[in-house]
Amino acid sequence: MASAFFGGVHPHDMKAATNEKPIQQISPPVEVVIPMSMHFGAPCTPLVKKGDHVKLGQKIGEFRGLGAPIHASVSGTVKAVEPRPYSMGGNMMAVVIENDFQDELSEEVQAPENPEALTPEEMVEAVKNAGIVGMGGATFPTHVKISSGIGKVDTVIINGAECEPYITGDHRTMLERPEEIIHGARYLGKMLNVDRIVIGVEDNKQNGIDELNRVIQETGANVKVQPLRCRYPQGGEKQLCQAITGRQVPPGGLPSNIGCAVFNINTTCAVYRAVAQGMPVVRKIVTVSGSGVIEPKNIECPIGTPVSELFDACGGLKDETYKLIMGGPMMGMAQYTAEVPVGKGTGAMLAFCEDEEQNLDNPQCIRCGRCVSACPMHLEPLFMYQYASKNMMEELENAHIMDCMECGACSYACPARMHLTHMFKYGKQKLRDHQMAQKAAAEAKKAREQAERASQAGGQESGSVRKEAAV
Amino acid sequence: MKEYQSLKLIATSSPHIRAPQTTKTLMRHVVVALLPALAFACVNFGLRALCVSAVSVAGCVFFEWAYRTLMKKPGSIGDFSAVVTGLLLAFVCPVQIPYWMILIGDFFAIVIVKQLFGGIGCNFVNPALAGRAALLASYAGVMTTWAEPFSDTVPVIGSLADVATTATPLAMLKGGAFAELSSQYTVLDMFVGGIPGSLGEVSALCLLLGGLYLLCMDVISWHIPVSYIGTVAVLTYLFPRGAENLPWMLYNVLGGGLILGAFFMATDYATSPVTKKGQVIFGIGCGLFTVLIRYFGAYNEGVCYSILVMNLFVALIDKYAKPKRFGAAEAGKEAAAK
Repeated sequence: MASAFFGGVHPHDMKAATNEKPIQQISPPVEVVIPMSMHFGAPCTPLVKKGDHVKLGQKIGEFRGLGAPIHASVSGTVKAVEPRPYSMGGNMMAVVIENDFQDELSEEVQAPENPEALTPEEMVEAVKNAGIVGMGGATFPTHVKISSGIGKVDTVIINGAECEPYITGDHRTMLERPEEIIHGARYLGKMLNVDRIVIGVEDNKQNGIDELNRVIQETGANVKVQPLRCRYPQGGEKQLCQAITGRQVPPGGLPSNIGCAVFNINTTCAVYRAVAQGMPVVRKIVTVSGSGVIEPKNIECPIGTPVSELFDACGGLKDETYKLIMGGPMMGMAQYTAEVPVGKGTGAMLAFCEDEEQNLDNPQCIRCGRCVSACPMHLEPLFMYQYASKNMMEELENAHIMDCMECGACSYACPARMHLTHMFKYGKQKLRDHQMAQKAAAEAKKAREQAERASQAGGQESGSVRKEAAV
Repeated sequence: MKEYQSLKLIATSSPHIRAPQTTKTLMRHVVVALLPALAFACVNFGLRALCVSAVSVAGCVFFEWAYRTLMKKPGSIGDFSAVVTGLLLAFVCPVQIPYWMILIGDFFAIVIVKQLFGGIGCNFVNPALAGRAALLASYAGVMTTWAEPFSDTVPVIGSLADVATTATPLAMLKGGAFAELSSQYTVLDMFVGGIPGSLGEVSALCLLLGGLYLLCMDVISWHIPVSYIGTVAVLTYLFPRGAENLPWMLYNVLGGGLILGAFFMATDYATSPVTKKGQVIFGIGCGLFTVLIRYFGAYNEGVCYSILVMNLFVALIDKYAKPKRFGAAEAGKEAAAK
């Protein structure tokens, strides 16, 4: 029986355009632009300068605090280290490498003699050095997730839900590289010292489920595949945990609070390559699809490949294309240029030329309650919208807006075409600012009171001194 | 094309796709769902039923357009909600209502109840029912005179003095004439609609067909109609006032505007709770008030006022029937463990 969570929506999955097309290698790009921020946390510091020669897999960016290192995805000469447009909007410091097409492997990439003999600590170290982040799009550094989960986690969940429409990269990976997934899952279980390893897959990918089960049977790995009901956002971390374990992540908490650690299919493959081959994250599978793409495909390309090259590989775009989206249609970021590079979290690149957005001129809420039924976090988007648009901060906080994960289900379901998710992104920021300002005001008041008390005490003292002197 | 620089790109917030349903398609579905009942009304009461409905729809659309234009607000007649209000108001009036009178009802519903409070989604009571309540208060005589079914005496235009009139089943129930009622109309008559009553409320069969269509098209959910009709059915079954339980219950459920009200009026989005939990509470409340008015009130029929009264409770219900916060139970367990 397929597992499920409460709420959600069921958009047309649009996966038929690419789910039978094998992953295709792109012809090597002339240059790659590798942004220094492809993870959750502070940007990396570039380790190379203009004119340096770099090899494939060489570390070119070092992280501080929370983050993951960044590696050269091709061999060649560093052409520039300068800010370039990147997928999160605006510019980001990037290392531009001119490809010499030699794919000369760096000495830093060392495969262990026997990966099975590695201790969990050594494995985590390998994951850290490989620069692995959550490749489903959240880009949280994987080694941090593993080391903070050791001892707390009793279930490792591999996220193969791939619930966003259009995207088929994980599905193709299941069909073409199931061994990598199963071994990666095994390694993750070993690192976290966990016996229960579950791969959750939406039931619209039955052949993927069969393929994984075949490999599990052949290798005898202690991994289970669980079919999930096809419903967006089934692949949301909290929804996935709920569907598989029946437990709900507490508000403001993480899956580790309920003993779960969730890893994406692609992250799992990257873990396998890091542990077994010492290979860092230098390539990414991207689904290029949407009504604006002439021939949709699944493409594997070096990190840093400009997305324009992906479109070139798919026969180009239609003239009427009005929107480029990095990621899925529900949570992806619209791009203002095709010059942005593919990052570690890029799972899809979509181009739209038809009326996918279906905007209306004067959206007016009709209180139908569809957003309430759709919200997988059990919120009431229509009321949150009113509070946010009227700057009612206290009500907004009490409506638990911070629980919102911006999955877009409410906006999708809204027949009045209200811009709900947009308003919540704004409202969350507004509430954070408000709370900061309140905190600062409270501290300032406290400091002022202290200063007043001090000066009063001082005044009394000096007064008594004066009295004494008078006596 | 491979010259991506020349693309005119829009960068907006996610999500970038939307469900096919819009306010307009939802309202259109409601109009379609009301058509079988309208067709039956023409069979039962003659062509005047169609004319009253057409005048009412035209009136509502005109008032909506005129108000929005005069107030320099963006036009809203394209969303079909005024058409729905016009149809529903006609459905809850007797067929021999004068045309000018229904236009007054339209004005009250659209301008006073709907637009003055901000237009679609902002009204706090159902416009069609409020329009009917206003007409009933102003023209009690006309609004409680019922044409005989299948009598062919209601003219499209001209004098209405010769229209053969009769008592509605609910009036007979109230008057304690249950035996007479059951001999005059069989349960099948009540179900198919060969009975006197408001223009669109008589045929439970056609209304149920429409309601089923709305459920299939995902326009409404089952919560309000089932809890509403269920409450009325259970209460009337339990308290049959001297008659046999089952027939008494059936005549109560099928007579009057219960089916119309439960599927088309109480489910009005703007004036019903947004959570499923709240909708069930709302439906039970409607059912309770309906039975109380029918049993103990001054009126024979309680559907209109019960829904209007429950409309006023919606804000309160929304406040307390909130969805359970995701993970709150787990957080409670954790706190207890500590």
